[in-house]
Amino acid sequence: MSATTMTVTPQDAEKYEEKEFGFWLYLMSDAIIFALLFATYLVMVGNAAGGPTGKELFSLERAAGETALLLLSSTTFGVAAVALSQGDRPKVLLWLGITFLLGAGFIFLEIGEFRGMIDQGAGPDRSGFLSSFFTLVGTHGLHVSVGLSWIAVMFGQVVFKGLTAPVASRFMRLGLFWHFLDIIWVVIFSVVYLPGLL
Amino acid sequence: MDIFGRLTIDSLPFYSAIAASGAGITVLGALSVMAVITYLSAWRLVLFDWVSSIDHKKIGIMYIMVALVMLMRGFIDAAMMRSQQAIAYNNEGYLPPGHFDQVFSSHGTIMIFFMAMPFLSGLINLIMPQQIGSRDVAFPFMNAISLWLTTAGAGLVLISLVIGKFSTAGWTGYPPYSGSQFTPGVGVDYWLWAVLISGVGSTMTGINFLVTIIKCRAPGMTMLRLPVFTWTVFVTSILMVFAFPSLTVAAGMLVLDRTLDMHFFTNGMGGNMMNYINLFWLWGHPEVYILILPAFGVFSEVVAVFSQKRLFGYISLVLATMAIGFLSFTVWLHHFFTMGSSARVNSFFGTMTTIIAVPTGVKVFDWLFTIYRGRIIFKPPMLFTLGFLVTFTIGGLSGVLLALPPVDYLMHNTTFLIAHFHNVIIPGVLFGYIAGYMFWFPKAFGFNLNEKWGTWSFWCWIIGFYLAFMPLYLLGFLGMPRRMEHYEIAAWQPHLIVAAIGALIIFFGIVCMAVQLIVSIRDRQSALDLTGDPWNGRSLEWATSSPAAPYNFAVLPQVQSVDAWWDMKARGVAYQRPQQYEDITLPKNTFIAAVIGGSAFVFGFAMIWYIWWLAILCLAVIFVSVVVRASDDDSDYIMTAAEVKAIEDERFAQLAKAPKNEMADDPGFAGEPIPEAST
Amino acid sequence: MDVSSGIPVERTLKPYLIGIVLTLILTAISFGLVAFEALPRETALIVIAVLAVVQILVHLRFFLHIDFKSTPRENLIALAFACVLIFLMVGGSLWIMFDLYHRMMV
Repeated sequence: MSATTMTVTPQDAEKYEEKEFGFWLYLMSDAIIFALLFATYLVMVGNAAGGPTGKELFSLERAAGETALLLLSSTTFGVAAVALSQGDRPKVLLWLGITFLLGAGFIFLEIGEFRGMIDQGAGPDRSGFLSSFFTLVGTHGLHVSVGLSWIAVMFGQVVFKGLTAPVASRFMRLGLFWHFLDIIWVVIFSVVYLPGLL
Repeated sequence: MDIFGRLTIDSLPFYSAIAASGAGITVLGALSVMAVITYLSAWRLVLFDWVSSIDHKKIGIMYIMVALVMLMRGFIDAAMMRSQQAIAYNNEGYLPPGHFDQVFSSHGTIMIFFMAMPFLSGLINLIMPQQIGSRDVAFPFMNAISLWLTTAGAGLVLISLVIGKFSTAGWTGYPPYSGSQFTPGVGVDYWLWAVLISGVGSTMTGINFLVTIIKCRAPGMTMLRLPVFTWTVFVTSILMVFAFPSLTVAAGMLVLDRTLDMHFFTNGMGGNMMNYINLFWLWGHPEVYILILPAFGVFSEVVAVFSQKRLFGYISLVLATMAIGFLSFTVWLHHFFTMGSSARVNSFFGTMTTIIAVPTGVKVFDWLFTIYRGRIIFKPPMLFTLGFLVTFTIGGLSGVLLALPPVDYLMHNTTFLIAHFHNVIIPGVLFGYIAGYMFWFPKAFGFNLNEKWGTWSFWCWIIGFYLAFMPLYLLGFLGMPRRMEHYEIAAWQPHLIVAAIGALIIFFGIVCMAVQLIVSIRDRQSALDLTGDPWNGRSLEWATSSPAAPYNFAVLPQVQSVDAWWDMKARGVAYQRPQQYEDITLPKNTFIAAVIGGSAFVFGFAMIWYIWWLAILCLAVIFVSVVVRASDDDSDYIMTAAEVKAIEDERFAQLAKAPKNEMADDPGFAGEPIPEAST
Repeated sequence: MDVSSGIPVERTLKPYLIGIVLTLILTAISFGLVAFEALPRETALIVIAVLAVVQILVHLRFFLHIDFKSTPRENLIALAFACVLIFLMVGGSLWIMFDLYHRMMV
């Protein structure tokens, strides 16, 4: 860390630790929400009410594309984090930007997927199975979208405030959030898309 | 696009005299509050010292104010049900079924979400940071958001009296009845959004309290030196963080069903109605422990202070609290034993339910052993505690009965069940928070509550409680189901009349509390708490002034023992004037939290009435507020050492005017703290 | 974790590079199992589940930098507690709902 912007008093250090721990606890509560959405999905996966099932609707290629984008974005965020530790502002902005684009690509693919399903009459109002699918995957997508807006805000803060300690603290919490969402996605493709296509 | 969504002039409650009066009282209530503030020229004070405050003590007091207002609102529901049931033998009574259904739904919703939850959040906010020797909670701003989100939820319930109707689906909202096929209209949506919005607030509160206890303790305050109240807060916070997500999921899915035509819980199209019940009670059971654990904490504090004896069995109390917390996640099916599960499933959950009674029993024995050979002082907090010990035990026993699935098959959804849960909630939760309110009132405001009115309030509450609820056990055995708007069985009526009389006596108890408050404010100059320690207390909140300074402790205490304040008094280091003071960093006041809460209220209203443009606007306001706050690196101010010294000098001057120990003149006073034999 | 500032900060690219390689491999195997229908359905599901668990651990270790040395104890306890609760809540819910299904086709 650049010495001038990162000197932190012991009280402030305690405050950053508290924020990080508090955010971690929020992620644990979010994990419970997703766990229950998964449980609901498993209970309702067979409830297609005579309508389309996963086998007919899911696309392995699109799921692979979404997975690649999100996985890569976790790594690019990591590159930005390392740049932050080196005090390299332009590099942080570059890799934040790339992360944003990859995440936006993910959302773009997902919206396309949802649109396509709704157009074929396989929207969330078609059956219990589809309600649980759209809600599980959609909640994840909503979290990713919030993450994207957070990345944008972070970008602005790095531009206007520089790599200060408060900015770094928020940046690392964003990292926790972003990596957490990647974990959820791993479970999504392992529980929803892959079994659905088998 | 309709600019008002589905809101029309017919949404106003002129279709019934009762509805119109309810609306009238609500509107009148709001207007009178505003009128009083205007009369006292107190708008600056209210807005700039309270609404924009993020000080945990003020937030705590505001929470308790919400709780007490909603206690009255919820009690009116109770009085309406009792009076209807007392007269409605072979006749319709005065309350038509649709209205009766709204009344029992709002009664439960208000008492749990908007009376008990704010009451405990308020007491914890006020006291816990002081008990651990901290200056505030870990996240003061988020604390304020939680308060205003809870208030937003309460506001939605209140406004449902004026615009539209409330839910008729009970406080649990079971589908398919609560789905849009069988109950279209705004009632269930009011319930859902009130619960969802305040639930987000509660989750944040849990996170806040948990981080505070783990990270913000004073030097020397190890976990095993925490006051038992703080231990109960610790476990309660864990429950809040991990249980509320389940409610969010259940209620969220029901919103999706109703608003976007999804099929989570519909009867057909692949819906699974039992999943709602499963998800709801996954939250619902830990919730009742969230409600009661802090009350157990209050009782632990009160029983030690007013027996003038160290709390018995500290470790067992801590372990019992942790056991209750963990086990509370293993019993939830006992709320739906009768809904079709196999014997294997039912017996597992029945067994776990029986087991969870054990740690609570351990606590009761610990309290009893604290009282044994103590020198009891019968002040109102202790009266409520003694009343709790006897009465709650009965309720707990009826719970152990219900824990057996075959028994539950007979008693489920009869008034026996109503009697059971009121028998644990009223003496447990409510007496606990009333005791806490009376115990910690001097700390909050700097003067004592009138004891005579407090004592009368207690007697009205306990006598009223027994009269109101013991008949319900009998009625359950006589076969009376819950939520009955009228009935044709003559044998039930006498019991219901007794129950109505009980409700009337409870009403007097509430009146006594109101009179107590008014009289105490009137007479406050003659009942000042000059030392900050009116009860010869044992824990650190009694070390601060009453009310405490914004920073609580000018110098953070060095803790050497459990019962830290008692220990300091015994060692002679209480009230020591520090050599010098230091600058203290405090958070600045801000309106952003209230803006977020207000926007959440309007957002909920907009979602209920399908006013989509307004909903989006509110989300935007919330988003912008969060970003503004998250970009603010200058949200603290520094109180200089000189300012701190000025406040502390005033405090020491006040101490000089005070009798050495405020309890010294009490006939039951057992003596000053003395150094204990080394442990 | 940078102890002096309280802000967790990662100074080298190494964990991220290891992470991306491992996750890509694990993901490719899972997707490959479906693309090539290499195993019977039951077995494939189990393998995919195991690979998911492994990948979560990889994420925790290489992206979130969670380990027994540098991660604060309270974070680890919170994570462990969340895992236990998820097991109870999800496991319990699935048990209840499938028991009901078998008895009532609900």
